[in-house]
Amino acid sequence: MINVIREPLIFEISSPGKTAVRLPELDIPEKKDLLSDVPLRENIEGFPEVSETEITRHFTRLSQMNYCVDFGFYPLGSCTMKYNPKVNEKIAGMECFTSGHPLSPEKLVQGNLELMKTLEKLLCEITGMDAVTLQPAAGAHGELTGMMLIRAYHEAHGNPRKYVLIPDSAHGTNPSSAHICGYTVKEIKSNERGTISLEDLAKEMTEEVAALMVTNPNTLGVFESDICEIAAIVHDQGGFVYMDGANLNALAGITRPGEMKVDVLHLNLHKTFSTPHGGGGPGSGPVAVKKILEPYLPVPIIEEKDGRYHLNYNRPQSIGRVKSFYGQFLVMLKALAYILALGPQGLKEMTEVAVLNSNYLRKSLEGIYHLKYDSPTLHECVFSDKFQKDFGVSNLDISKRLLDYGLHPPTMSFPLIVHGALMIEPTETESRRDLDLFIEAMKAIDREARENLELLRTAPHITYVRRLDEVQAARNPILRWEKKD
Amino acid sequence: MSYIPISDKDKKEMLERIGISSVEELFCCIPENIRLKKLLDLPGPLSEPDLREYFEQRGQKNSYNRYLSFLGGGAYNHFIPAVVDYLSSRGEFVSPYTPYQPEVSQGTLQVIFEFQTLICQLTGLDIANASLYDGATGAAEAVLMANRVKSKRRLLVASNLNPQYRQVIYTYTKNLGLEVVEIPYDQAGRIDLKGLEATLNSETSVLLCQSPNYFGVIEDLKTLADLTHEHQALLAVVISEPVSLAWLEAPGKLGADIVTGEAQSFGLPLSYGGPYLGFMACKKEFVRQLPGRIAGQTVDAEGKRGFVLTLSTREQHIRREKATSNICTNQAHCALRATIYLETLGKQGLRKLAWLNLQKAAYALERLTSIPGVKRKFSGPVFNEFVLEFPDDWEKISQKLEEKGILGGLALGSDYPGLKKCALITVTEIHTREKIDTYVQALGEVLR
Repeated sequence: MINVIREPLIFEISSPGKTAVRLPELDIPEKKDLLSDVPLRENIEGFPEVSETEITRHFTRLSQMNYCVDFGFYPLGSCTMKYNPKVNEKIAGMECFTSGHPLSPEKLVQGNLELMKTLEKLLCEITGMDAVTLQPAAGAHGELTGMMLIRAYHEAHGNPRKYVLIPDSAHGTNPSSAHICGYTVKEIKSNERGTISLEDLAKEMTEEVAALMVTNPNTLGVFESDICEIAAIVHDQGGFVYMDGANLNALAGITRPGEMKVDVLHLNLHKTFSTPHGGGGPGSGPVAVKKILEPYLPVPIIEEKDGRYHLNYNRPQSIGRVKSFYGQFLVMLKALAYILALGPQGLKEMTEVAVLNSNYLRKSLEGIYHLKYDSPTLHECVFSDKFQKDFGVSNLDISKRLLDYGLHPPTMSFPLIVHGALMIEPTETESRRDLDLFIEAMKAIDREARENLELLRTAPHITYVRRLDEVQAARNPILRWEKKD
Repeated sequence: MSYIPISDKDKKEMLERIGISSVEELFCCIPENIRLKKLLDLPGPLSEPDLREYFEQRGQKNSYNRYLSFLGGGAYNHFIPAVVDYLSSRGEFVSPYTPYQPEVSQGTLQVIFEFQTLICQLTGLDIANASLYDGATGAAEAVLMANRVKSKRRLLVASNLNPQYRQVIYTYTKNLGLEVVEIPYDQAGRIDLKGLEATLNSETSVLLCQSPNYFGVIEDLKTLADLTHEHQALLAVVISEPVSLAWLEAPGKLGADIVTGEAQSFGLPLSYGGPYLGFMACKKEFVRQLPGRIAGQTVDAEGKRGFVLTLSTREQHIRREKATSNICTNQAHCALRATIYLETLGKQGLRKLAWLNLQKAAYALERLTSIPGVKRKFSGPVFNEFVLEFPDDWEKISQKLEEKGILGGLALGSDYPGLKKCALITVTEIHTREKIDTYVQALGEVLR
């Protein structure tokens, strides 16, 4: 990476008359009077005009300003930033998959439907659930879909109920999804282990509670060992257990949400199943359910009969559609390819090494960074800046300094129950060398906190831009380029 | 294959450092009674060649590639320049996370900023977000946003809005106590203005319409904007074929308050329905109610320009249940493709593309309606899609065309029972004169 070239906005290097592609000429007689009674535009004011060389250099230079998994370690907790196998991209790019119109007649898309149905079945096996919809576009979309299924069930049984219980350690999408589904959120306080207290749950769990949303292992990386008792308390009052499956990378092949008495969960194919994050999507958030919620799944569902696949829209109890067509099809292919490449033994090893790597990091940094909860953790662990705070250094400073070491920082924005959080999830695809680089950098930063406060406060120093003023960005929003007069 | 770079020797040493003797012990927090006693019943592991063969074989069971297609209706077949695939498949674009650490994400953030600018220029509005899942969820987010702005519980939705978009709106709104009223269409295929006037009242928060609508007909947005604004309601316009924006007056200039839609046409392959690209733009006074991520310009500690995700107090990770939307991961890489696509075509290229679509559709419309028995169903002006009426049920005609290797158009009968004899036909720049003539000849033979 050469940081000396400042890459302008494309609009700033535009000059009239250029284009980077040659389109065909009109091969029919031109009609002159088309749309004479419709308001038309003469121009697209400000739209860029550049050549192909300029396009290629522009995006190549922009790409080089990005940190990415292909470059290095990405310890973002709860994000499961594992390596993205390249063969999966090759498969998803095959013309036989990219060229199909979604409303093509069924008999022309049998290959696609077979692959989707296969993925559904494999996800059922991995989760121990009975049925899957692949339609949701991302994790949060899956949460919303799952909550809609729960609401549809309760409504069909006479009362949609009012509340959804969510632990205070949960990711922000949980309360937001419950709210968009028309529910009022009640927060459950975590106990000293960082998990759900059965007593508190039993107090809050009434016949007006539609569901408990639980992340397991939770955002601290701690497994809710009482999950079956938790489920029993919820079920006794006629409620459902919704599981946020964001942390499935800690469980796959070891245990299953189905065994934990979970009624519905979403999966993040862009986490556990290795599909690339793309700088913020596309993801894919399939939802898996027990039989009791199956009638409410979004339409269409894929059915198989005698080796022929069919899309069934005739589902009177269905919540309806949550998205156009059938979901993020190409993302599904990548996830399926990943599962098939791993096989059952590989999937189990994936989980084991993810948990091993996490515990290796935890052990190596314990004592240097503060660990608020000392419960055993699985795939991730949450340190805080408490020790470094004594020297005036925050988790933000630590994170920004990590950038100077060529490493991506951990998650800082949650869980809200750990002040100054540094939430670390290494995944199974990091080598010992990369783990050790991170450990050494974290140790060095701790030393710097004592010896050279200013170095941390003003970090990063060697990135393309220095620390950015986020307050100004929000106070005086500049959200688009505009032509200067 | 397991993509795991930890050797047995590594494992042993790491376990020693942790102070345990087996990986098993790390899972002691999971109660024995819910642990799996055997391996999952999954196929594999497959070698890389076997994996590719597996997908090749299934791919061959798809036969749509052997057909000449005139399908559209929310998913469009457009030419994609090679540079789009080439640049978008760089690992630095494919494999980063959401740009929460802006100092090492300036590439992604500048791309989003450029994308937002391009969407503003095309829609004629002030502000755009970084993306939404697709056009259908964009439409649902638009009505929820209008409801937040106006705090009125009545939403008007055009009946000639894409049926799938309407279905998603129903799914999203039914749990929130919102009333959705459908506005009928007239003989032109446009929103029936009398029906609209009769339905608009002081309890209405928004009229959501599509233009060109599901019948391909361009709506009179100026009149719709005037009518809705007279009743203090918002006009939200859905665009499912955004190539039209390069030729038709920008909806924002005609009075639209919110423009949302599907940008699959901009450099994303059909891909059997996804991933696609939702977008949303609005007037600046509504920015605090806009859902989704937004990139903004700022400066770094040395005063240099840089970009960050901003206005995040609207979002779930700050506001939790009070957020404008629960959206988190969106369609960033799809927005990247669209940005490369639009900047590659540029001003003149996109204008020419729109003109080619308009001309080709007009040619196809003229030729197809010259066949005895084939009539144009709606009189309103069209861009690159139109509805034709046939002497028999379209399903039957469609079957016969399929036997001749042609996917002639989308059936409308299941969504509009009165239109069983009609089909929606889409023509883009990929349809050469020869292809259109082939269709005309085949249809002539089928109807003879």
